Amino acid sequence: MTKIGTDEWVAQVGERTEAYRGLTAPVRRTWDGIPLGWRFAAAMLLVALLPVATDSSYVVRVGVNAFLFGLLALGLNVVVGYAGLLDLGYIAFYGFGAYTYALLSSDQIGVHLPAELTLIVVVALTAGLGYVLGLPSRRLLGDYLAIVTLFFGQVFVQLAIHLDRLSLPWADGPVNVTGGPNGIVGIDPIRLVGVTFSSVTDYFYLLLVAFVALAVGLHRLTASRTGRAWRALREDPLAAEQMGLPVNRLKLLAFAVGGAVAGFAGAVFAAVQVGVFPQNFETLLLIMIYAAVILGGAGSLPGVAIGAAVIAVFPEVLRTPDYARLIFYGVVLGGLVALLRPWSRLAAVLAGTVVLGFVVRFATAAAWPDAAAVAPGGLVARALGAWVATPPNATTVGNVAFVLLVPAVLAVTRLRGPARTWALPTVLYLAAFVWETRLVAEPSVTRQLVLGAILVVMMTARPQGLLGTPRVEML
Amino acid sequence: MLLALKDVNTYYGQIHILQGVSLDVAEGELVCLLGGNASGKSTTLKTILGLVAPRSGSVVFDGEDVTRASTSRRIERGMAIVPENRRLFSPMTVTENLEMGAYRRSGDLRAAFERVYDLFPLLADRRSQLAGTMSGGEQQMVAVGRALMSEPRLLLMDEPSMGLAPILVERSFEIIQAVHEAGVAVLVVEQNANMALSVADRGYVLQTGRIALTDRADALRENDDLRKAYLGR
Repeated sequence: MTKIGTDEWVAQVGERTEAYRGLTAPVRRTWDGIPLGWRFAAAMLLVALLPVATDSSYVVRVGVNAFLFGLLALGLNVVVGYAGLLDLGYIAFYGFGAYTYALLSSDQIGVHLPAELTLIVVVALTAGLGYVLGLPSRRLLGDYLAIVTLFFGQVFVQLAIHLDRLSLPWADGPVNVTGGPNGIVGIDPIRLVGVTFSSVTDYFYLLLVAFVALAVGLHRLTASRTGRAWRALREDPLAAEQMGLPVNRLKLLAFAVGGAVAGFAGAVFAAVQVGVFPQNFETLLLIMIYAAVILGGAGSLPGVAIGAAVIAVFPEVLRTPDYARLIFYGVVLGGLVALLRPWSRLAAVLAGTVVLGFVVRFATAAAWPDAAAVAPGGLVARALGAWVATPPNATTVGNVAFVLLVPAVLAVTRLRGPARTWALPTVLYLAAFVWETRLVAEPSVTRQLVLGAILVVMMTARPQGLLGTPRVEML
Repeated sequence: MLLALKDVNTYYGQIHILQGVSLDVAEGELVCLLGGNASGKSTTLKTILGLVAPRSGSVVFDGEDVTRASTSRRIERGMAIVPENRRLFSPMTVTENLEMGAYRRSGDLRAAFERVYDLFPLLADRRSQLAGTMSGGEQQMVAVGRALMSEPRLLLMDEPSMGLAPILVERSFEIIQAVHEAGVAVLVVEQNANMALSVADRGYVLQTGRIALTDRADALRENDDLRKAYLGR
């Protein structure tokens, strides 16, 4: 074994590293040069200006929601992203925290503890609950753990609905604990060291501070021995066991930390909403939080935070048809620019689509003389009105077109070469047609569809998520 | 004796895998455990490390009966393993992998790192490389280094030649010898009998869960039955 000079591989690593190319190279190099802490601080400062920049309490409320999502996603990231435990009962901790805060700070059982104490109790209880749920789950792997924890999440919702008439042997009548479907209302605002958090803006800043503290704390935990042990456990549980890692203790710790974070978020949520109801903790929320973690990249703190912001803000933006349009056409256009090469092909497809639109509009103008205009909106809507055909019975035609669109999109993904170029304008126009006749007017459906589409595209193009590290496969 | 297995019977469900296996490894000795497919080699290692519990018999390590002790406990007492196929934590760096090997030890790990880096200078240069991006031979070094981080007195090696090119198999056994010369007792489980016997002091031959043969390594190399069965000549 010689120890002369430097290792060949290490000596070459600089010249073997691919440099950024193209126009964005200087920007990307500079961006890489900024330390993570600075980037985070800058982002948080910008976010902190949000309530100053707008006088709409709706916008601030969306911000509060985004922070709650962020806290939940960071907590779930510990369980799923670090320790690799597929916990589908995660929302129960959120609900448990919310209900615990509600019970200890309302007239429901007539207890009004100081918020400092309540928050500590909530965090301790949810951490304990995580530990207890972890105990029987230690030996369960993957799918089996998922089933057990999913059950746990459902049990929580059922308990919240039905614990309004609990019969106790020593009580005369049924005892109302959770308020049943009506939930618990009239919850005290959080009051910390003499400061009462009353407005949405107050809670926005409370959550901002909590989020920063949690992100910094988790960042340090990741860099600690325990954080590395979690990653080892996620990568190869069997090898971790063979190295003598305390596998069970690490799993329980992850459950407890995740539970405590969710519990805290739940308590703040209860105070912001001034009430808690069973339907706040349904599986849909769990799916959203998982979507945030997956979208951002499980295991990456900044990724998960960005994922949570996108998942929280996106559906709100889609509520307004004009914004929704901008996003839809922006994403389609962006996708085409990114995927179609060379430029001439891109230009041909775009020109083809535009021409096709005018032709169809002109041809159908005779058949649909009393056509209604596209859903009202701003400048974009007016421009589209001259391009997209507008049938009188938009619902029926739109539905048929939607059904046609699905196989058309699938077909395009299978086509290769010139055939795809020829087929693209038709499919693009069909998509725009479906969007204008059906989807833009129904945000509730569109939100789910767009979110689903984003996730599918994301998982195909970047399975590791936005900022996740791609898995290095052995052998 | 550093390690002694006495009449160990291990079952997987109802299937009797190890049928009264007894073997021992002395302090600083290099012992190999040979055997064909499904002869119970890996199960023997798993029983020694406590990943499976024997139904009867005893495992004594360094004077302590560890038959019912946890894997962590055994590693604290001075066992370490290089698992089959190495099983590195591939998206983690070399340093992080090594650190995981010493998870059971508290306090300053600098001396342990130094020892491993002295043995494998290449790892010192590559400390921040992701383990999964290394070549097979380099990964083998990380795997052995990781096991050595707990400063074990007995190193268990499960099929070190598995999945390596012939030149690397040789290299792998050089590593084993280097570890052995550093005073660590080694128990190597191998299918490559020739290679294993060329470095070992003693050998055991497992056949369908029983110790069929045991002798000094040079004697085993001359043994006709073994030559027919494993050495192919």
